[in-house]
Amino acid sequence: MDLIARGIARALALIFSLDAEVLRITLLSLQISGTATLVSVLLGISAGTALALNRFPGRRILVGLVNTSMGLPPVVVGLFVALMLWRSGPLGALDIIYTPAAMIAAQAILAFPIVTGITLAAIQQIPPGFRLQVLSLGATRLQMVWVLVKEARLPLMAAVMAGFGGAISEIGASIMVGGNIKGHTRVLTTAVVMETSRGNFDMAIALGIILFILAFSITLLLTFAQQRERRR
Amino acid sequence: MSTDLSIRDFEVRAGGVPVLDIPSLEIESGEVLALLGPNGAGKSTLIHALALLAKPSRGALTFKGETVTRGSDLTMLRRRMGVVFQKPFLMDTTVRRNVASGLAFRKATDIEARVDRALGLFGIPHLADRSARTLSGGEAARVSLARAFVLEPEVMMLDEPFSSLDPPTRHSLLDEVEEILHATRVTTVMATHDASEALRMADRIAVMREGSLVQIGPASEIMHRPASRFVASFVGVETILEGTVTAREGHHVVVSISGTPIRARADARPGDEVVLCIRPERVTLSPSRPDADNVIPGTITSIRPMGHYTKVRVDCGFTVHASVIRADDLSEGMKVFVSMDADSINEIAG
Repeated sequence: MDLIARGIARALALIFSLDAEVLRITLLSLQISGTATLVSVLLGISAGTALALNRFPGRRILVGLVNTSMGLPPVVVGLFVALMLWRSGPLGALDIIYTPAAMIAAQAILAFPIVTGITLAAIQQIPPGFRLQVLSLGATRLQMVWVLVKEARLPLMAAVMAGFGGAISEIGASIMVGGNIKGHTRVLTTAVVMETSRGNFDMAIALGIILFILAFSITLLLTFAQQRERRR
Repeated sequence: MSTDLSIRDFEVRAGGVPVLDIPSLEIESGEVLALLGPNGAGKSTLIHALALLAKPSRGALTFKGETVTRGSDLTMLRRRMGVVFQKPFLMDTTVRRNVASGLAFRKATDIEARVDRALGLFGIPHLADRSARTLSGGEAARVSLARAFVLEPEVMMLDEPFSSLDPPTRHSLLDEVEEILHATRVTTVMATHDASEALRMADRIAVMREGSLVQIGPASEIMHRPASRFVASFVGVETILEGTVTAREGHHVVVSISGTPIRARADARPGDEVVLCIRPERVTLSPSRPDADNVIPGTITSIRPMGHYTKVRVDCGFTVHASVIRADDLSEGMKVFVSMDADSINEIAG
């Protein structure tokens, strides 16, 4: 108990003194996971909408694949991205392994099926008659898709939250393709693992608290936006 | 009169099954055509097809002289039409933005002013800034109508937009839409399963059943001279009489119905079996023998008040259905004289 209490006290001190290392790790985490979420949202909403509105052979298999991939094991994604980016790998020429870019790629791959899956479900639950009504009002196909996305904005906010939550809390892939290099690719999750293994519980607890607060407050922010919309 | 919209040799399939099969239909410029039929008759499918929202598996559609082909710009053609669906399908935003949506798709100018006019036309300026989600059924229907009428389309299609409303709301909205249709003279196709709605709104009625057109003609013709038992029952013609023609007298024939001679309009020869029908409001009941056509004594077997009128069933050896405005002096078991004008009794196909 003493260990935990001491850890928490130290952790609060680190947080409130705006410790340089803690601050750097936090900002990097936000940067990487934020960018990864943005990429996965742009691609995922497009893919989910396309999958919801089009009928083509093999569509069901694709939908099944998306839904299964919503629970993609991060370690496997890490391995895949690492193999791709390895110096002798197919994308080795990019020379981005052990960089934030590689971590963004891995996290985006993890979040992409989550955003796609939720978008697919959200767009599909809009009745087909609504689509016909929008077309009958003179919308081009692109205008209709935009109307549908706006119509589904509440569940799509949930998709953003789920995507961000998946990205920022992920560890396996980040450590494999980022390498947990101090000041370069060390993010909250990888740092917590390292500090814990070293016995630096105070630092681990501090970073853990920040990670929790970050994930919680960003989700809360989006939830407020979503629920205010709903009440309007 | 010119034709606005026509289809020929037209078939629509759903899941491989034909759900609409129409050899030919022409919608004239400025007319109101009602599609009348029960649920599942194909009214909505026909409206979707006419509005270029459903692709035919066979056949041609011509809109204002232009035949739609694979290469046609459907969006540009749809922008000259308006459709109001059974459900309002409002977007999750304000009423004003909903009404403006079609104009916004067209990147039209003076959107504000036109939206204001449309809101005024349907009596909903006070709802302009309300969220569409908070509207009642009647309000939502008005927004949906305003959203279509603001586009000033060349052809308007109404797919039972009133069917889910309560009767008072439906009647007042019908009045307003009727006025607007008559004022604008916009070519209109409206689907309904309510014969009285079709009668009051439409110049012509097309009766549909199981994906086919079974009769099309001026509203009064459909009401008084239904082509089949199906149409007859659908437009409220309850008295159906079967008999054999015994003689011809000028324009009329004499038909023996269970031994009673009835004079009627029919294109038949003596010896032919015919089926006759007459609308209930064309049947007159009198306490004493009147000086009229086809006077038959009978006994009242039932009296059912319907609100504005009363349905009376009379046994004359065969059953005659009459609708009367005042039934105070009638009672079940009472002897009456039924009279029916020969020109009101028409032959149907059976």
